[in-house]
Amino acid sequence: MGLISFLKDKFSKKKTEDIDAYSEGMSKSRQNFSNKLNSLSKKYHKVNQDYFEELEEILIESDVGVKLTLKIIDEVLEESKKKHITDAEEINEILINHMFSGYMEKGETATDVRFVNNGPTVLLVVGVNGVGKTTTIAKLANRYLKQGKSVLLVAGDTFRAGATEQLQIWADRLGINIVKGDYNSDPSSVAYDGMIKAKKDNVDLVIVDVAGRLQTKQYLMDELSKMKRVIGKVIPEAPHETFLIIDATTGQNGVVQAKAFAEVTSLTGVVITKMDGTSKGGIILAIRDELGVPVRFIGLGEKMEDLKEFDLDSYIYGLCVEK
Amino acid sequence: MAFENLTEKISRIFKKIRGQARLTESNMDEMLKEIRVALLEADVNYKVVKEFINNVKEKSLGQDVLTKLNPGQMITKIVHDELEDLLGGGENEIKYQNNRPTVILLVGLQGSGKTTSAGKLAYLMKNKLHKKVLIAAGDVYRPAAVDQLQQIAKSIDVPVFSKGTNVSPVLIAKEAKEMAFNDHYDVLIIDTAGRIAIDEPLMKELDEIKKEVNPDEILLLVDAMSGQDAVNVAKSFNDLLSLTGIIMSKLDGDARGGAALSIRHMTGVPIKFSGVGEKVSDLDVFHADRMADRILGMGDVMTLVEKVQDEIDEKEAKKAANKMMSGKFDLNDLLSQMKQTKKLGSLSGILAALGGPKITPEQEAAAEREMKNVETIINSMTPEERSNPDILKYSRKIRIANGSGKQVSDVNRVLKKYEQMKEMSKRMESYKKSGKLPPGLGGFGGMGGFR
Repeated sequence: MGLISFLKDKFSKKKTEDIDAYSEGMSKSRQNFSNKLNSLSKKYHKVNQDYFEELEEILIESDVGVKLTLKIIDEVLEESKKKHITDAEEINEILINHMFSGYMEKGETATDVRFVNNGPTVLLVVGVNGVGKTTTIAKLANRYLKQGKSVLLVAGDTFRAGATEQLQIWADRLGINIVKGDYNSDPSSVAYDGMIKAKKDNVDLVIVDVAGRLQTKQYLMDELSKMKRVIGKVIPEAPHETFLIIDATTGQNGVVQAKAFAEVTSLTGVVITKMDGTSKGGIILAIRDELGVPVRFIGLGEKMEDLKEFDLDSYIYGLCVEK
Repeated sequence: MAFENLTEKISRIFKKIRGQARLTESNMDEMLKEIRVALLEADVNYKVVKEFINNVKEKSLGQDVLTKLNPGQMITKIVHDELEDLLGGGENEIKYQNNRPTVILLVGLQGSGKTTSAGKLAYLMKNKLHKKVLIAAGDVYRPAAVDQLQQIAKSIDVPVFSKGTNVSPVLIAKEAKEMAFNDHYDVLIIDTAGRIAIDEPLMKELDEIKKEVNPDEILLLVDAMSGQDAVNVAKSFNDLLSLTGIIMSKLDGDARGGAALSIRHMTGVPIKFSGVGEKVSDLDVFHADRMADRILGMGDVMTLVEKVQDEIDEKEAKKAANKMMSGKFDLNDLLSQMKQTKKLGSLSGILAALGGPKITPEQEAAAEREMKNVETIINSMTPEERSNPDILKYSRKIRIANGSGKQVSDVNRVLKKYEQMKEMSKRMESYKKSGKLPPGLGGFGGMGGFR
């Protein structure tokens, strides 16, 4: 069985609508990945060392990282040796299977925001500069508005020029409330005001935007941890969710970022943005491997509804198969 | 980072092959493997790494190992030089026009830092080069991008040409250029909307802007955190627009920035600037040698050795050494030693380059503060006091403390350190008699006494 029919078979039970969205959003990402994988199996009837080297190239060029790539390749090598498999297409199937199981075995796979039973659920959104935090917040707000939840935005990015304005524009478009502070004011006090308002209005979901920060800037990380404490004082156990936004173009520094943020805020999920570009976003696999944090959402396009719940099957399907 | 750093890895491998005089296939293989992993972890493109390693191998095979280096250092030097060669070169400065505005178009992916860099470039050109700068707000798509640009421009007092968000960017660019010409600006910087690279309508729009304003420079912003795909992105931009330069952004993070190497290698476009912080003044001209160190993720002993040779004034060092050896070491010598040490750069930089222990920013600040204190106190002494510290009694100490804004106890501390150094210098004398030179004389002798 060829790789594509193998995958099609594997996914035949999935909701086709979602698969289509992934398949379309990831059409550019796919160009290199699946074409290479397929031409690889055409090139080699019987696998040899060169074959595995090319496999390594495909994974590394998808930003999966050297460490995880070598691990996956080792596993595939071992299994193929044990089962005496030399057919390239079968080996590709083993590879895909290992990518799946490697992810699944690393912990929970929740996607949707987990709402608390009583009072507002607080979602903190963090990430380095320029990954698309504000846009993602707007998309998340839109998603839960459509599900009938009440949503409040808190403009905790008082640092970047234009950040509050950008969130304000989204709040206006979505017709929801926003709590904001002055340019360069203390983000913790904005967060505090936001929590008070959330409690007073008894909203279902509060999304807190945090200024983009490089994880190496200690004072900014300290500020983040203060914000978290302030939030927890007003609403016990909040923030309930903390999402790290990662840009699909991010290389191996993504793992370093995730580790640094996890130390300060205990991450509950990763959202990968800009998957509609040519990048493969393999960094999410590396992050999962190192930290066990699940990917919660995936940004497949610029439209509001292009933010989808992450689905590993569809992601790998999207990487490999034309619609 | 969780990875064992390259310096450690390589020195571990060195141990096995110490004493071999020539680089051979077998003694190089393991080291090259580590260097390959280091480059891949730095996000250098897979194909570029492959080519690069092959080149290094060819260049190194059969080379004699320089007398003072072990094979590992030798190969690291070759790798470093090769990296620096690849990264540097090309026309890496902006060519300013004499009789008309220089037009600069900034392009790049979403979130790569175009708008921030527009402000930084304007600041650099205005304040360092005294140019009259105009910025055009061409990003009409991202909500509040124009606001962001206006806030930045206001903070550096540079005008923004904006027509809101309902006008085509092509028209904005065209009219901004007319204004730049009419009002005799030296530089026009055009900010544009971010792209996801192969988004055809937006790419087409960039092409139209290019045709309309015929820019002198088209600079692509590249995020230092970019992964393997960065090179494809740069290629698409370059194919369409013929880039004249690259700005690496977000180099103040801990990303190793391997994309710089890939892009330089695959497109030949020179890297012109690097963004090194959040403040508007945080834009540097690009330094290939620093970037090479960073991509390799190691302190480079070789660079430091070269630096020590360059910066330490041989004569001064000799004078101080002789004095020390003769046991007639005074406060002038102490001061001159400290100045030599300072020329080498930050304490943490020196330690890193020597593969020494990592020190926290607080420790570094404390050590540097201490060195500064000593300097201030010695500077408040008369020449007589400096060359003959024995005359320093209480009244003189009070005067010095007042003059330097310190306490008498601080002055005493400096003198105590001086006594320790003098003690050392006496021991040197006995070295001299035995005919051997003690190690580490020169710049670092003084530092040791002050940490």
